[in-house]
Amino acid sequence: MGTKKTVEILEANLQDANLTEKPTSQWALTIRRFRGRKSGMIGLSIVVFLILIAIFAPIISPYEPNEVLIGKEDVGPREKPCVHILGCDPDQPQHILGTDANVRDEYTRIVFGARVSLTLGFFTVTLALIVGTTFGAIAGYVGGAFDNVTMRVMDVILGFPSLLLALVIVSVLGPGLQNALIAIAVVSIPAYARVTRAQVLSIKETDFVSASLALGASGRQIILRRVLPNALTPLVVLATLGVATAILEAAGLSFLGLGAQPPLAEWGTMLATERNNVFTSPHLVFFPGLMIMITVLGFNLMGDGLRDALDPSLNK
Amino acid sequence: MLSFITRRTLLAIPVLLGIMIVVFLLMRAIPGDPCTSMLGERATPEACVEFNEANGLNDPIYVQLGIYMKNVLTFNLGESVRFSRPVTQLLIERLPLTTELAMSALFIAVAGGVPLGIIAARKHNTLIDSGTMAMANIGVSMPVFWLGLMLAYFFAVVLRDTPFALPPGGRLSAGVFPVPYYEAWGWNLTEGTFWARFNEYIANHYIFDTFITAQWAIFWDLIRHMILPAIALATIPLAIIARITRSSLLEAMNKDYVRTARAKGAPERRVVTRHALRNSLLPVVTIIGLQMGLLLGGAVLTETVFKLAGVGTALFDAIIGRDYAVVQGFTVIIAAGYVIVNLLVDLSYGYLDPRIRVK
Repeated sequence: MGTKKTVEILEANLQDANLTEKPTSQWALTIRRFRGRKSGMIGLSIVVFLILIAIFAPIISPYEPNEVLIGKEDVGPREKPCVHILGCDPDQPQHILGTDANVRDEYTRIVFGARVSLTLGFFTVTLALIVGTTFGAIAGYVGGAFDNVTMRVMDVILGFPSLLLALVIVSVLGPGLQNALIAIAVVSIPAYARVTRAQVLSIKETDFVSASLALGASGRQIILRRVLPNALTPLVVLATLGVATAILEAAGLSFLGLGAQPPLAEWGTMLATERNNVFTSPHLVFFPGLMIMITVLGFNLMGDGLRDALDPSLNK
Repeated sequence: MLSFITRRTLLAIPVLLGIMIVVFLLMRAIPGDPCTSMLGERATPEACVEFNEANGLNDPIYVQLGIYMKNVLTFNLGESVRFSRPVTQLLIERLPLTTELAMSALFIAVAGGVPLGIIAARKHNTLIDSGTMAMANIGVSMPVFWLGLMLAYFFAVVLRDTPFALPPGGRLSAGVFPVPYYEAWGWNLTEGTFWARFNEYIANHYIFDTFITAQWAIFWDLIRHMILPAIALATIPLAIIARITRSSLLEAMNKDYVRTARAKGAPERRVVTRHALRNSLLPVVTIIGLQMGLLLGGAVLTETVFKLAGVGTALFDAIIGRDYAVVQGFTVIIAAGYVIVNLLVDLSYGYLDPRIRVK
């Protein structure tokens, strides 16, 4: 009777303790830390803003991205920006970022360009993440010859300057947005593979993995259920920063004419087609480049903020 | 130390071999047969039989790989179809410009990045710190080709007719040619010998050549043309170096030996320069080595923007014109250069930090 009473009191105490001091989850802590970082929040805002632009592109843009305005309006090619409230002649049609060489509305094309860049960054990183993580996880878990061969191949890929290797791969596959995506994904695989492998190597030695093994879990189950979830933190950071790199490199390839092909409204391509007119129509070079920079900046800031938030040891 | 050097050098060899194999396989993966892509319109069936025989394309693939590797190691990189001369000759003409561009950019990046990082760390948590880091964040996110075009526009159009105007492209003003040092000094070189080609290669580093032969007017012309591309190319590495210097110095300032130095009464200036900075520069050295990859890749974009006839534009022209001997040769040489620079950085790291050697 006395023992039962004690247990009840203890249970009640524990419940009280649980109620008053609800343990903060890892994610809640992360979010709290992330919100404390001003630059990370700026990055997140930029990214969210760009995603909204991409989603609502048809609503917020007055024209179609490839709509040629010859004969429809009284505008010429490469016209300077005209904003009515900033003192532009109200008789002239309003093109807040001007028109391009084919008399298309530059603002509309910039807005639609957000779709291309974000999709491209997202798919490139997803592809590299899947391939890199798979190889890295298996190499780290299995070890031996597979590990050795995989990591040596990764070393060789890292031995190339990344844009150079991407250039050569595109030259083999042929120019185009899709091939540029593949090329950039390939050159970024080693980073994911290395990080995953390092994580797997350290997690493999932990007690909870030994416990799973003792319970009879298969290698696949251990990698997917035990190891990868715990290796997620650095991969999330790497992937966010990877989107920035991918967008920058894709813009570089497009600038060289090897990525997206006209008439697709892609910022790098738009900038490239007007690069010889920079002295007469600087706006056609300025705005697409500015958008590339802002997008890359957004993902970079967000990635840095995430890294600080996910790694408490860096919190000073 | 010697065993450390040997070990690191031996580690680089498989990477170099791997690079050759990857480039070789990539070139083989090109759709269509090599004859049609190499000869283009001249690829008649008879010409193709001859071409395949002459280039050993009928041999088994491992034999071809072996021959190719032997050729690369003896600097026999084949013949450029588009530029109609040996790839090695093309390298002698093009590589010096890219080297000078990359070196100028690296100089700007280090000379700007390290002091900025130090200032930011010294003024930690002030407006100067956050301002510098905000600039660094923007710098890291900069598309170099865009910055290049904007710089060209600003310095050539907006500042036209001011003393600050700079040329928007090209290596030299029209009609200006530097005299190679071997001619200026009256050396007698037999054409076609290795010695002659070596000297031609060295003299093609125009900035170096005009400097040692005191052709000052041309020297300044070269520098004026180099400033904008070098700044454009240097921006990302500069920002990265500034960030690393800052965080590394901040970390060192919290170390026990800095506290000790302060406790024994060393003046703050001496604590920073002698104790903290020297130790914090180690990661910066590694980062500088890694920047070479960015510089070499970015050189393609920068040279295109500023219309410079360097390795980058040659490689780009070769890719567009399907001039595979050039793509193959240039890629291998650039990648090998990158690996060797990183090897040198690794070695210097071992020299600067004795702990690394014994690991």
